[in-house]
Amino acid sequence: MAENWTIESVKSALAAKKISARELAVEHYARIASRRALNAYLALSEERAYEQADRIDAMVAEGKPLPALAGVPVAIKDVLSTRGVRTTCGSKILEKYVPPYDATAVARLESAGAVILGKTNCDEFAMGSSNENSAYGPVLNPEATDRIPGGSSGGSAAAVAAGLAVASLGTDTGGSIRQPGAMCGVPAMMGSYGRVSRYGLIAFASSLDRIGPFAHNVKDVASVLHVIAGRDPNDSTSTTAAVPDYVTELDKPVAGLRIGIPKQYFGEGMDGEVRKKIEAGIEILKKLGCKLIDIEMPHTDYAIAVYYIIATAEASSNLARYDGVRYGLRVNDDSLLAMYRKTRGAGFGPEVKRRIVLGTYVLSAGYYDAYYLKGQKVRSLIAQDFRDAFTKVDAIVTPTSPVPAFKLGERTNDPLQMYLADIYTVTGSLAGVPGISVPCGRVNGNLPVGLQIFGPAFGEARVLQLAHAFEQAGGATV
Amino acid sequence: MKISREDVLRVAELAYLDLSEDELATYGKQLNEILDYIGKLNELDTANVEPMAQVLTDDQTADATLREDVEKSCHGASELFLQAPDAEPPYFRVPKVIER
Repeated sequence: MAENWTIESVKSALAAKKISARELAVEHYARIASRRALNAYLALSEERAYEQADRIDAMVAEGKPLPALAGVPVAIKDVLSTRGVRTTCGSKILEKYVPPYDATAVARLESAGAVILGKTNCDEFAMGSSNENSAYGPVLNPEATDRIPGGSSGGSAAAVAAGLAVASLGTDTGGSIRQPGAMCGVPAMMGSYGRVSRYGLIAFASSLDRIGPFAHNVKDVASVLHVIAGRDPNDSTSTTAAVPDYVTELDKPVAGLRIGIPKQYFGEGMDGEVRKKIEAGIEILKKLGCKLIDIEMPHTDYAIAVYYIIATAEASSNLARYDGVRYGLRVNDDSLLAMYRKTRGAGFGPEVKRRIVLGTYVLSAGYYDAYYLKGQKVRSLIAQDFRDAFTKVDAIVTPTSPVPAFKLGERTNDPLQMYLADIYTVTGSLAGVPGISVPCGRVNGNLPVGLQIFGPAFGEARVLQLAHAFEQAGGATV
Repeated sequence: MKISREDVLRVAELAYLDLSEDELATYGKQLNEILDYIGKLNELDTANVEPMAQVLTDDQTADATLREDVEKSCHGASELFLQAPDAEPPYFRVPKVIER
């Protein structure tokens, strides 16, 4: 297969008229067709893609200045609304749902010239760590097709890794961008809570959900984040904080930056080979002139417990909207309440039902204080761990996942074991800080490992600088 | 803490969720395991800790959360009805809810 395109190579090829935006889209649809077995895409939006490509080609022909992502073929996780393009959230309950409007992040990509190829597979309502909870079958990891791609944004990660898109959007609630990025071997980032508008993102857990990019290199991640970031009047949780030009800031020096290494992220449960790669990755940062500082984040071990209270509580509330009345599946009955119950019983898959049951339980009378309130209090302690750390260091470096991609079916019968795969990513989700996963070598032959970098809230530029420097210094092949 | 079949059933009713006997049994067992795990939070004394009610600090949201109360048109109201399982615009049809 031809080499993967990047935003830069697309830009120069279009400018030099070596390829048209339409030809680029055609090439990508051919690649998608040749890798159908990966199951990375749930829907293709060819009509919309070619219309956009033709607009870009007309701009090239007229010699107009091209926008930042002109002609760049991108993929969108199927929890983000796309006008006129089926959006299922990986669920049977939305099997036929066609949104009448675009998510702001999608609209911003298209305004910047990107060509939207289609919708990527994911765990149902973004609930999962392996993509095996999709109602439309799992995505296969392009690097090892007997293994999971990670989740929940498995399709978005696999599409980029396999060259079926130049960049993609995913969503991250407890690790759903960073963990599949690590497992498929591509850089993947979630910005700070409030950095990217969530208008049109079909909600899972509103105090945690974030949208962010996957791409082949950190520079492209920075380009896409720059396009989608910023205040949107349609999302009152999007902030007015200024959006720096992440791309031009990339080359700022990293020598002298203080990197926190929290010992709580290097305890038992981590694969030995993964540990070696992460330690080698940290050596690269040291060679780049960063100062390594051992830090304590004492509440790390409680993060999974907090996460599965708060995320399920919010999910049980957000998913109350699927009632068979205004959109989605309806299973008829003579009584309204029975219609609700049957519709939801038939439309939701096992993991979604499990989380609705757990979330409803922790919010129910008599248990609220013991679980939900307790969870919110410990969440404060976890956020405080990060604030304390960032008084001493400029960034925090950890593994993204304790293990490389595991085999399909290996963990599906044990939800708790599956939840524990998110142990290094949920902390940053709970604290609201930005985080990126960058490729950090491979283990057991060919399984990618990801190095995670956290920064303080709205410190995306610094996180990207470090990730870029790490990548340029050969981090991916450490 | 032991979750019974009846506990799961009660929660499923609160959530308007039909569950099969198999699901009631499976979720009951798994819920017990997960709640046991969550119980580790009780190791922490949080008597003097404020719950984290929101992620963004006040200075991050001061300009963002309030806007002028101006009338704006809603996009595509008629298109919304195309997604409904049983619509008769401007209404959604549902099973009879009022008994006479």
